[in-house]
Amino acid sequence: MIETALIIETVVKAVVVLSVVAAMAGFATFIERKVLAFMQRRLGPMHVGPYGLLQLAADGIKLFTKEDIIPQNAIKPIFIIAPVIGAASAFVAVAAVPYFPEFTVFGYTIHPIISDINVGLLFIMGAASVGMYGPLLAGLSSANKWSLLGGARAVIQLLSFEVVSGLSILAPIMMIGSLSLIDMNDYQIGGVANWLIWKQPLAFVLFAIAGFAETNRTPFDLVEFEAEIVSGYATEYSGMRWGLFFIGEYANMITISVMVSIIFLGGYNDMWFIPGAIAMLLKVSLWIFLFLWVRAAWPHIRPDQLMWLCWKVLMPLSLINVLITGIVLV
Amino acid sequence: MQKVNRLQPFFENLAFEREDDTMIINFGPQHPSSHGQLRLILELDGELVTKAVPDIGYLHRGMEKMAENMIYNEFLPTTDRMDYIAATSNNYGFAHAVEKLLDLEIPRRAQTIRMMLLELNRIISHLFWLATHALDVGAMTIFLYAFREREYAMDLMEDYCGARLTHSAVRIGGVPLDLPQNWITKLSKFIDKLPSDIADYEGLLDQNRIWKMRLEGVGVITPEMAQSWGCSGPSLRGSGIAWDIRKEEPYELYDEVDFDVPVSTTCDSYGRYKLHMEEMRQSIRIIRQVIAMYYETEPEIMAHAPQYISAPKEQIMTQNYSLMQHFVLVTQGMRPPVGEVYVATESPKGELGFYINSQGGAYPYRLKLRAPSFWHTSLLQELLPGHYLADVVTIIGNLNIVFGEIDR
Repeated sequence: MIETALIIETVVKAVVVLSVVAAMAGFATFIERKVLAFMQRRLGPMHVGPYGLLQLAADGIKLFTKEDIIPQNAIKPIFIIAPVIGAASAFVAVAAVPYFPEFTVFGYTIHPIISDINVGLLFIMGAASVGMYGPLLAGLSSANKWSLLGGARAVIQLLSFEVVSGLSILAPIMMIGSLSLIDMNDYQIGGVANWLIWKQPLAFVLFAIAGFAETNRTPFDLVEFEAEIVSGYATEYSGMRWGLFFIGEYANMITISVMVSIIFLGGYNDMWFIPGAIAMLLKVSLWIFLFLWVRAAWPHIRPDQLMWLCWKVLMPLSLINVLITGIVLV
Repeated sequence: MQKVNRLQPFFENLAFEREDDTMIINFGPQHPSSHGQLRLILELDGELVTKAVPDIGYLHRGMEKMAENMIYNEFLPTTDRMDYIAATSNNYGFAHAVEKLLDLEIPRRAQTIRMMLLELNRIISHLFWLATHALDVGAMTIFLYAFREREYAMDLMEDYCGARLTHSAVRIGGVPLDLPQNWITKLSKFIDKLPSDIADYEGLLDQNRIWKMRLEGVGVITPEMAQSWGCSGPSLRGSGIAWDIRKEEPYELYDEVDFDVPVSTTCDSYGRYKLHMEEMRQSIRIIRQVIAMYYETEPEIMAHAPQYISAPKEQIMTQNYSLMQHFVLVTQGMRPPVGEVYVATESPKGELGFYINSQGGAYPYRLKLRAPSFWHTSLLQELLPGHYLADVVTIIGNLNIVFGEIDR
């Protein structure tokens, strides 16, 4: 009986997380447009609903009702499956992420994590890397040279930043001794002074930079930068197929924000008088805002410069960080 | 047999299946950053450009041929459509060439108004250049910031001539209108505020690591290259050669105003960016001096040459001969003396030259435009190889190419 209850609970949680993250991803697009608009002395969407709030619904309807075009020379099965991979892997990664402290409803304790596996962090990183197959396959199957270039850029980006994000996060893992995000959170119980960011500032910065690269956000927005390669891998996509890529990207952004908050910024522990759940929301919002701020402020980097940055600057730094952490721990 | 439903591959797709590792890619004419209708045929090795062939003609409207079938005054609005970013500089280039042909003396007030408009157009053009160039490199916010100031400048143009893009604000022999009331006040307000706006852009870009990484050492035009490919304007001055037609062969009142010709010796895109910023400051300086000169002039705004230029409106309305002359000039057009003339002016983009060959008729026998962007586009084939695809966008944006005047 207990197993049945567990299955039901997990399914319910999965549905809730899926819908909430998807809705948040959609809402993030609205926030992005508004924040960018205010930074650029514009108003952003204003016409659909109060302050353009229903723009989101309008965009959704538009995406669903648009004609779905598959180019004649495209490799159809791969072309169709690529956006699904992109979105699915982003949501799979969400499974091992805890969002809030556990709470009790009607005498039933709920852990707001779908599955607390002991290799949680590794699982998230792995699932997020699989997400890169989306752009890659889309680029290869579209029969379009801009898509091909976009796909190639996706791969070099993956090769470059994945090493850095893995190595930079190794040092905190060594200190905590666990790959579970719940353990990482519990390690930082007891106020702001116990946050890992104070003990691992370099790892924090490296992971943040790698996070920008992983989510294709602005300084590293090479995969679909319009001025250079039209729309990159998504050039030939339209309607909801394109929308899936989009949702996957924003879900990734949320996942990265949550991960940074949990690993370095004290997770969902209470912060002064602020309850843990709200503190978590604040931290994630701050990170998403940072993503948008950077987009408004900075130009793009070139692919070869990204590789130079990752291999020649960030990777040695993260290796040194691991070394120092090891020496200190021993 | 041909498969009916399958698109036949284009020639570049055939080349795609070659044995070597290069890929031929069509950059434009429909591309977000091809700045109009530039088509670049690029041979890429990975993302490295090994060969670049610019292909033009997608915006060709046959303007030089059109000119041969129009009276001189009729052709003036057509020049708006060449460099549509700074239309007045084209109007002026043409009007100035015709005036040279007619050997007219322009009233001083008209000259000051023309200089104000020309420098205002230079500012508009440079702001537009900065906006699109920054957008190409990815700095989206600069685009909207610079467009705001450009909007104010275009409001000024609109106040003067009623049009925002296609100004036709200059006439052969002078200017059509005196400045409207309060226009000078608005202009002064605009140029008083502009330096702080330019400082804002520089604050966002000058020391920005990524901006510098993307621009420094990219698109290096050596002085020899610049000279042999016929560069002019900021592209030439960006290579360390201080050549400005406003200084070398002064027209209008440029020899009476005090301004510097900024030069960059780094020869790269970053140097040209700094140069454009500095040129805007120099334009502000010129406008300030011209405003002072404006108040010392007589109210006459059109040249007095009854054979070629219509008399002022009140004379047309009161004097019979003026009316008749006006009628002849409007219906048949002026008939310049036989001769040919080439007049170059410093447009925001470089040396804008008009060659006119007159056989004494009402239509020019031949009109040829020397558009600076045309020469800068041809430079691309030597400049681009060795750069990455991302740099191609930077360089095209940096050279300030406008397709209206290349294809005309």
